[in-house]
Amino acid sequence: MTTATTISARAGIGRASVFQARGITKVYHVGEVDVHALRGVDLDLYEGEFMVLLGPSGSGKSTLLNILGGLDVPTSGTVRYQDRDLTKYDEAALTRYRREHVGFVFQFYNLIPSLTARENVALVTDIAVDPMPPAEALGLVGLGERLDHFPSQLSGGEQQRVAIARAVAKRPQVLLCDEPTGALDVHTGIVVLEAIERVNRELGTATAVITHNAVIAGMADRVVSLSDGRIASERLNETKVPASQLLW
Amino acid sequence: MILTAINRKLVRDLLGIKGQALAIALVMASGIATFILSAATLESLEKTMTTYYDRHRFAHVFAGLKRAPHSLRERIAEIPGVAAAATRVVVDVNLDVEGLAEPGLGRLISVPESHEPAINGLYLRAGRYLEPGRRGEALVGEAFAKAHGLQPGDTVRAIINGRRDTLRIVGIALSPEYVYQIRPGDILPDDKRFGVFWMSERELAPAFDMEGAFNDVSLVLMPGASEAEVIRQLDDLTAPYGGLGAYGRSDHPSHQFVSNEIRELRGMTVIAPTIFLLVAAFLLNVVLTRLIATQREQIAALKAFGYSNLEVGWHYTQMVLAIALLGAALGTILGAWMGRGLAEMYTRFFQFPILAFSLPLRIIVSAIGISFAAGLLGTLSAVRQAVRLPPAEAMRPEPPANFRPTIVERLGLQRLVSPASRTILRELERRPIKAGISIFGIAMAAAVLVVGSFMKDAIDSILELQFQRAQRQTVTVTLNEPSHGRALREMRHLPGVLAAEPFRALPVRLRHEHRTRRVGVTALSDDAQLVRIIDLNERVIEPTGDGLYLSAKLGELLGVKPGESITLEVLEGQRPVVEIPVSGFIDDFTGLSAYMRLDAARRLMREEDRLSGAYLAADAAQIDRLYRELKKMPAVAGVAIRTATIESFNAIIAENLLRIRLSNIIFATIIAFGVVYNSARISLAERSRELATLRVIGFTRGEASAILLGELAVLTLLAVPLGLALGYTLSALVIASVDSELFRIPLIVRHSTYGFAAVVVILASVVSGLIVRRRIDHLDLIEVLKTRA
Repeated sequence: MTTATTISARAGIGRASVFQARGITKVYHVGEVDVHALRGVDLDLYEGEFMVLLGPSGSGKSTLLNILGGLDVPTSGTVRYQDRDLTKYDEAALTRYRREHVGFVFQFYNLIPSLTARENVALVTDIAVDPMPPAEALGLVGLGERLDHFPSQLSGGEQQRVAIARAVAKRPQVLLCDEPTGALDVHTGIVVLEAIERVNRELGTATAVITHNAVIAGMADRVVSLSDGRIASERLNETKVPASQLLW
Repeated sequence: MILTAINRKLVRDLLGIKGQALAIALVMASGIATFILSAATLESLEKTMTTYYDRHRFAHVFAGLKRAPHSLRERIAEIPGVAAAATRVVVDVNLDVEGLAEPGLGRLISVPESHEPAINGLYLRAGRYLEPGRRGEALVGEAFAKAHGLQPGDTVRAIINGRRDTLRIVGIALSPEYVYQIRPGDILPDDKRFGVFWMSERELAPAFDMEGAFNDVSLVLMPGASEAEVIRQLDDLTAPYGGLGAYGRSDHPSHQFVSNEIRELRGMTVIAPTIFLLVAAFLLNVVLTRLIATQREQIAALKAFGYSNLEVGWHYTQMVLAIALLGAALGTILGAWMGRGLAEMYTRFFQFPILAFSLPLRIIVSAIGISFAAGLLGTLSAVRQAVRLPPAEAMRPEPPANFRPTIVERLGLQRLVSPASRTILRELERRPIKAGISIFGIAMAAAVLVVGSFMKDAIDSILELQFQRAQRQTVTVTLNEPSHGRALREMRHLPGVLAAEPFRALPVRLRHEHRTRRVGVTALSDDAQLVRIIDLNERVIEPTGDGLYLSAKLGELLGVKPGESITLEVLEGQRPVVEIPVSGFIDDFTGLSAYMRLDAARRLMREEDRLSGAYLAADAAQIDRLYRELKKMPAVAGVAIRTATIESFNAIIAENLLRIRLSNIIFATIIAFGVVYNSARISLAERSRELATLRVIGFTRGEASAILLGELAVLTLLAVPLGLALGYTLSALVIASVDSELFRIPLIVRHSTYGFAAVVVILASVVSGLIVRRRIDHLDLIEVLKTRA
């Protein structure tokens, strides 16, 4: 047994796994070249866990997140979500999976510019099974006062917090964040990370955050480093640093 | 209802493109308006006609003859398939109408004095029906009554059998036989100079030596009866009595015009809406493709949150349907308004008891369906793009566009073009399909303008050819009976007559293989200068030989070519039947004509020096005196005045066509503007980042706009010639759709029309350019650069 799986197993003691990815590869065909984005990744994510996926750009972390989130399918390997095999899902089943179980936060927020903060959240709660009211979700990320602002009237950090509220309002089992602070300065970035931290803590949502910023790793339960499409290392944080004390 | 977030997005996105959406909706509305206009008018007209015909028992078969005894009626009624037969006396007389210098033509029709006729019944608009035993009473047709302000109680003077008689009007009536009321041989109504009168048979018959006799038959057929067979048997029965050949409704002058109009309307429901809706579909395609491209990441996000492909597709489809619905609504309102106008115009043309414009819900529903279909057709590929977009891929920014040096540069000519022009050329060459679609759209606008305007050219040319080169007589005098040459000499001596040329008119039936047509042959003297024959190359020709010169359309209908021969049956005199060569085709625009040489006609009829009438050239100063003399001549059956014909041509055809032209031009301008404005706005949206960058690095506003506006200019300049060519083709299509026995339009497009179309399109370009230029001037540089491409 490798060190990585041992660490993974330690992280999972006493918890059910949300994801079980085994032997994931992903090959893109760009023109006449094959790009191997993932070259055999085994990864678990446990209930309530806060995981940071660390790696330089091109290391395959976004691809991995997209596969876990049902936005993309692996070239080979299996992904189990709870007791279901995502790799056997068709387009419609994946859509249902995303709708019911996954919250996404993107680097560039991906808010709908023509909708207010509240409406952007409602976009998701409209189709979710047991959502929280949009205002409550926005309150959770500290935007209770800015419900009716359009994205263009919000700062980058505020926009990203709207995106987080939108992601968690459906009460997802997993929250997947792709470089959530990538477009933000330190101060704003920390406010956003606090919001994610709070969601993870208070709602117990299993959370995976992708970043190339190693400092953020400090707030995770577990840190997985990716390099060139493979897991390079994995460690457990004995003590988590609160987001508010991060510095970069 | 609480609006869901995605529907709010829909509404706000629509508001965000409101200018473009409105432009598209207007183009669509133009198409829908023409559809509503023609479909609803078509339905109103058809329904009105059918009801009128049914209620007033419009006959199915008609025949004129010289004189037959009443006893023949029984034998006619016994023809298998005949449900009812009516016989009567129909005569044309000269009218002496107050306020009209020239003689008018009155058609007197006998009716039973005790009851309304059983076939071809009358609709009494005002006054009362004839009262038995009262002499001199008449009902007058509404058109003539209106033209002269006649009321029951007024009188009209007519020359009845050489005697001046007074007709007292007791009622104003309409008849299904005279929905379109024209003088025999004419194609346009002249309500001032031609009127229909209904008089008691007991009074009319003796006056024309028709006691116990008749000269006109109408038949109502049983359902399923063979019209052709009835006509054949009726011809056999009437031939010994100078039968002029029976014909069915399809050859009935009034019905022919009404059904021709219906046919044209039917064509109109297809051609014009198709053009407009195709353009609208194209515009929607451009706008939606662009919108979906800019919303790539939004679409990806929606999908990431669990919106299904179907929901995303439906979201954009709704956007299209909303625009289409707006177009359909505007178009319906506009179409209904125009339809009311058209119906009103028809009441001037057609004499119906009532012609109300109605717009059934069914037509509105089809209009909405059609606009939805057009919208969906245009946006299918764009929506599919949104549906197919893989969310993970859409998260990544679009790769930079692939550029390469243009042909100009590869040929090493780059020194000839400035960097700005190079940018323009590369942009066009990089996306040739997009450029091609824009060019096609703008070209379509130019094409519609050409189609909308060329009618005027055609009418001008008809006027010139028909009334200046072919028919140059002042008046055409028709005699009651074919007369001796002495009549011609008399006419030459009438006051103000400068020249008089005889003609012989023969009612004939032309036959070639199984095809036949009843027409009049006009025989002209060899030295005729007033009325001349013009060939297909617009050259005046001097007829030679014994053959016939036919309207090209008549030749086509008979399936005959110049040089071949056809059977000619004369329906007058000894009724000779001969094989006769077709010497040539002539170019005319109304009706079906046949000409031959006077000598040949006389040989055919074995007669000498006979004429049916004469063409007179007269001195304008003495024209009133001439008219007075003509009114007095009992032998004169009718006088047709060339200027009056031109006048009614102008008043009716020209005015209406020009009105249609005006609305076409308005619609075409909407298209031109819609296409150009949309193209410009989209280029701006796509390239605002690039333009802002240029501004940031020090380009002036003018230099930055030059790139975008230059592209627009290049597109417009490429599109204009294509559009003009397309316009010519579409005009040919329109001409083919109105081409009929009654009326043909030559395909003539003048330079000025092309010029006009080009100018309007270029103007639309300039105005759109100015609007876009203002936007470029106000680009928020920082904002634009902040947003991710």
